Amino acid sequence: MINSRFFNRSELLGFLALAVLLLLILPLSLDIFRLNLVAKYLTYAFVGIGLVLCWGYGGILSLGQGVFFGLGGYCMAMYLKLEASSVANTKIQSTPGIPDFMDWNQLTSLPFFWKPFHSFPVTLLAILLVPAFFALIIGAAMFKRRVGGVYFAIITQAIAAILTILIVGQQGYTGGINGITDLRTLHGWDIRTDHAKFILYFVEVVLLFGCIVAAQFIRLTKLGRILVAMREQEDRVRFSGYSVANFKIFAFCAAAVFAAIGGAMFTLEVGFMSPSFVGIVPSIEMVIYTAVGGRMSIFGAVWGALLVNFAKTSLSESFPQLWLFGLGALFIAVVLAFPNGLSGIWADHIQPRIDRLLSSRKSKSATGMIADGAPAE
Amino acid sequence: MLVGHQPKEFLLAVSGLTVSFDGFKAVNDLSFYVEENEIRVIIGPNGAGKTTVLDLICGKTRATSGSIQFRGQELTRLRENEIVQAGVGRKFQTPSVFEDLTVFENLEISFPRGRTVFGSLTFQRDDAVKQRVEEVAEMIFLKDRLNTYADQLSHGQKQWLEIGMLLIQDPDLLMLDEPVAGMSVSERAKTAELLNRIIKDRSVLVIEHDMKFVEDIAHKVTVLHQGQILSEGTMEHVKNDPKVIEVYLGH
Repeated sequence: MINSRFFNRSELLGFLALAVLLLLILPLSLDIFRLNLVAKYLTYAFVGIGLVLCWGYGGILSLGQGVFFGLGGYCMAMYLKLEASSVANTKIQSTPGIPDFMDWNQLTSLPFFWKPFHSFPVTLLAILLVPAFFALIIGAAMFKRRVGGVYFAIITQAIAAILTILIVGQQGYTGGINGITDLRTLHGWDIRTDHAKFILYFVEVVLLFGCIVAAQFIRLTKLGRILVAMREQEDRVRFSGYSVANFKIFAFCAAAVFAAIGGAMFTLEVGFMSPSFVGIVPSIEMVIYTAVGGRMSIFGAVWGALLVNFAKTSLSESFPQLWLFGLGALFIAVVLAFPNGLSGIWADHIQPRIDRLLSSRKSKSATGMIADGAPAE
Repeated sequence: MLVGHQPKEFLLAVSGLTVSFDGFKAVNDLSFYVEENEIRVIIGPNGAGKTTVLDLICGKTRATSGSIQFRGQELTRLRENEIVQAGVGRKFQTPSVFEDLTVFENLEISFPRGRTVFGSLTFQRDDAVKQRVEEVAEMIFLKDRLNTYADQLSHGQKQWLEIGMLLIQDPDLLMLDEPVAGMSVSERAKTAELLNRIIKDRSVLVIEHDMKFVEDIAHKVTVLHQGQILSEGTMEHVKNDPKVIEVYLGH
């Protein structure tokens, strides 16, 4: 029967391969600097998983996932910044106890929306709920009015641009263009040490696997099938008794929450958050990672984030001017030649060959006869 | 309103329905009534507004004025999915099925349970669902294609699949837009047989050009012309109406 197992054979192999790579090979073979880079790449994998659900399955292209990545990241950064801005640490300021950039901007008290971020549990909730709520508002405003396709994509871009301008403009409240920097401890635990970075890497990988399982769960429910159905025949879904807008809102909110978890981990791994991870360019890059990995594959999105970022780091170290052209060319190549990205190449070209090899070996050993490598096509 | 004073209980009562697109009245002050278990066929020349009438009833197009009462519920104020939930099912002219899903999954989506976001997250494919899907798959001649992706089906099979999806919804009013158009002769015969079976126990509103098919199934025929009713009655009556012969059947 179809869909009777949580992971089919090739998905299980994909899951195990990723687990071995991320939990064994990389931590054992990379120094802490490189491992921290991998951790940074993986934060985009969270965004990619959300995009697979929202864009690959639901057909809703969002070019503004940086907004949610940023919201998650800023929520975490606000908590860390408040912890780093204790009265003892900031006694040279004219107003001790508030973040340094507020003091530079002549603020004399903590703004009201910063106050909840003194509490760690509230911060954790905010990382999930603030982006979800924001996505809910955008989604309700757009999808209930049947704004979709390219118009929706453009509006998400505009929102990414607006949020960037807002953050940069409101320097006293947000840290402006520099972002929120000089973060030190998480609930009293110093996050700047190599040891902390090592631990955080594993925390992130475990969270990533949690998100993969959650996304896989959504994909396998009837909701996952309705997303596919909606992408193809929106009207037929509507006339089967479903409120298409509500399903789109759900997919968009889910993608926002995944992106926000990635953003919060980014703040922890990299040690700061700034508007340069919120705007149009990072948002589009996130879509490219997903497209390269394969927008129909949850694992593909993870691989896409890892490989494209790895290429970005190595190429931009050697050819800093050429990297952006390379990224653009990669995106065009993927869209034109491999619409399902790396996971599509794997599923269409590599997997069948492996299967053929395995089955021919199996039949060889089972019957002792020489099996034909390739069955007639 | 006193129930006893109502002249007759109609399933669907369309009255004074008008829709204008930039001043052009595609449907103009249209009124007609469909009874329980009645099979009504709408015929008329191209551009008469037949499909627009179905669009108006199912909520795809919003009426400019007039009212559509279904079991006493005003449909013009409801959203499409609410109209479906009230018991109105609609088949489109071109087959609209989900090609990236299997026949089973296509039928399952139409199963009237778990239609909210959280309902569909917790939806279980239990025996009731499987049994109903298999039952309907057998009726629509796709029993051995349950695990086939819908894009592998022929045009006629896609039409059947969509009819099957409506069957699973179990609507009180079934609206079919040219159900046998574009089918081969043998598919046509099978479809007629299928429709004859599924139109029991519900009211059906059909648009069709195939006159033999219309004669076979219609209880009553409504002839539309330029958004208005030209003639209405039994097939016999309509066929002999000089106005109808002039604008439609005579050609």
